[in-house]
Amino acid sequence: MIHLADITRIFQMGDQSVYALNKVRLNIAVGEYVSIMGPSGSGKSTLLNIIGLLDQPDKGCYELDGKNVTDLTKDEQAQTRRDKIGFVFQSFHLIPRLTAAENIEIPLILSEIPPDERKSRVVEALHAFDLQSRAQHRPAELSGGQRQRVAIARATILRPKAILADEPTGNLDHSIGAEVMMLLEALCQTGTTLIVVTHDRELSARAKRHIGMRDGKIVTDTS
Amino acid sequence: MTLNDTLLLSFRAVTSYRARSLLIILAMALGVAAVVMLTALGDGARRYVVNQFSSIGTNLIAVMPGRAETSGAFLGTTMGRTPRDLTLKDAQLIGRLPQVKRYAPLNVGVAELSAEKRLRDVTVLGSTADLIPIRHMNLAQGSFLAHDSDHSAQIILGAKLAHEFFPASNAIGQRIRLDESRFLVTGILAPQGESMGYNTDEIVIIPIDYAQSLFNTTSLFRILIEARSHSDIQSAKTAIHDTLKQSHDGEEDVTIITQDAVLNTFDRILHALTLAVAGIAAISLAVAGILIMNVMLVAISQRTPEIGLLKAIGANAADIRRLFFAEALWLSLAGTVIGFFLGQFGSLLLRLAYPQLPAWAPTWAILAGIIVALVTGILASLLPSSRAARLDPVKALGKK
Ligand SMILES: Nc1ncnc2c1ncn2[C@@H]1O[C@H](COP(=O)(O)OP(=O)(O)O)[C@@H](O)[C@H]1O
Ligand SMILES: [Mg+2]
Repeated sequence: MIHLADITRIFQMGDQSVYALNKVRLNIAVGEYVSIMGPSGSGKSTLLNIIGLLDQPDKGCYELDGKNVTDLTKDEQAQTRRDKIGFVFQSFHLIPRLTAAENIEIPLILSEIPPDERKSRVVEALHAFDLQSRAQHRPAELSGGQRQRVAIARATILRPKAILADEPTGNLDHSIGAEVMMLLEALCQTGTTLIVVTHDRELSARAKRHIGMRDGKIVTDTS
Repeated sequence: MTLNDTLLLSFRAVTSYRARSLLIILAMALGVAAVVMLTALGDGARRYVVNQFSSIGTNLIAVMPGRAETSGAFLGTTMGRTPRDLTLKDAQLIGRLPQVKRYAPLNVGVAELSAEKRLRDVTVLGSTADLIPIRHMNLAQGSFLAHDSDHSAQIILGAKLAHEFFPASNAIGQRIRLDESRFLVTGILAPQGESMGYNTDEIVIIPIDYAQSLFNTTSLFRILIEARSHSDIQSAKTAIHDTLKQSHDGEEDVTIITQDAVLNTFDRILHALTLAVAGIAAISLAVAGILIMNVMLVAISQRTPEIGLLKAIGANAADIRRLFFAEALWLSLAGTVIGFFLGQFGSLLLRLAYPQLPAWAPTWAILAGIIVALVTGILASLLPSSRAARLDPVKALGKK
């Protein structure tokens, strides 16, 4: 499903070139559960951003879902992100003035799904992530675990092919983090590809495939 | 994203950031209200003056001795020497012109009015019977020089004077003195109040020849003429000019002012004033526009992570641009509507405070105010919203 060929991403820091990714080759099949580990600055987030079409490589070729997506226009990238990718972030990134239900609804609004269908799908999602009683609460009134559940509900409401989670448990207690991981794993079991960047060895160990990164390169890849 | 959802989501943002929104709406509203109120004031003043002129007759022509140096000079501002007097004979010559419906020679002065034990200084108009209709005055009772042959010492009292001097009895038929001369009260003016500088309730009118001997003069202060119709004014003016030039041995030593010309001058000046005031008020709208732009830029910088998130979950540049554009549109719309009502309310207060002033904002000013406000709001939001749309999603998400 995901084919990265010699992906290179260079950042200019003053007159210095930083290779955030250096000729990365990576293939991930549909429904895989992959964890990515590595020291800070090793290029994990950059890799995830490129897979999620938030960022573009300076060199290399990227094929997603059987389609070359290396040279899409910005609008095509946005549309592909909307339809195929679900992002989960360490800091949740919920919109503070909107309720839990409204935050979950945003991707449906962006893809112009009619209001009636939107409502029923949001109710379903609230139910699936055990958030019914929190539907009308704003993010500030939710616990960290609840916020991340809202974020996951939002990331999955359009049934994406892949979920990309960048340290999703980084801001959570260990036990809450484990619960959140279980939710993500449950999604993976229904066929969604799951790629998780994490610092937590224990959580990482639950994945079927483990990728290690260092200095913009994949140094280990074990299944 | 559909238009409906764009409007809804941006409306949520507007209502969520209350302090920010109120600030912008207030600035916008004050600008619009200023345009509405100030033009109401300016146009009210214009209409007030026009009404005042119309109330004393629009086919009116005034002749005064001496040559005015500037055209459009207001009644009484003659300049330079007065080489030749304006006489009753001149007035009679003018009266024979075909374009002239009626005319009234006029002398004005101050004399001491006394009857029984009362006395006071009053403004005296010396004229003929036609003065009353020419100046659109009305007699409440009695008559003034009812017969052409009448040369008796008649006097007309202003309504207030009649009441002051004869509080208990009817003034008609009473004897009254002006300085040393005795007059018979034959009429009382209907109360009318202030008109072009005189309070007609406090004047007296006597025949022109008595006035001339009272003030010891043979020259007229003015000749008032009413043209037959509005279209006769210009030809009447020319005919009067020619007649008087001939009568004055070829000297052009009089000034002829038409009511129309004065009225037009005032109308133009006050209209220009209203425009200028509206322009100044519109500047406050431009200031509001700059405020909108700055506040929107700050809002975008504060909400950068939100923009990054929206992009990450699939919003494209147009979605983001429209969201912030719609936000600015809501703000300027709210400001404009509130400003409109605020301005109308202010105009109402003006009208209550000054009942004579028809302080209604003209439609052109209201439309211009609203359009300038909306266009300003739209222009001011173009830069911020396109900046938001161009944000790089990774950097936007990373910003704290
Ligand atoms: N926008 C950027 N500008 C400059 N350098 C960047 C930028 N983003 C990432 N980098 C650099 O790229 C490298 C990889 O970063 P990142 O992918 O965030 O690492 P990780 O997520 O593994 O901590 C780091 O050296 C980082 O400093
Ligand atoms: Mg990172």
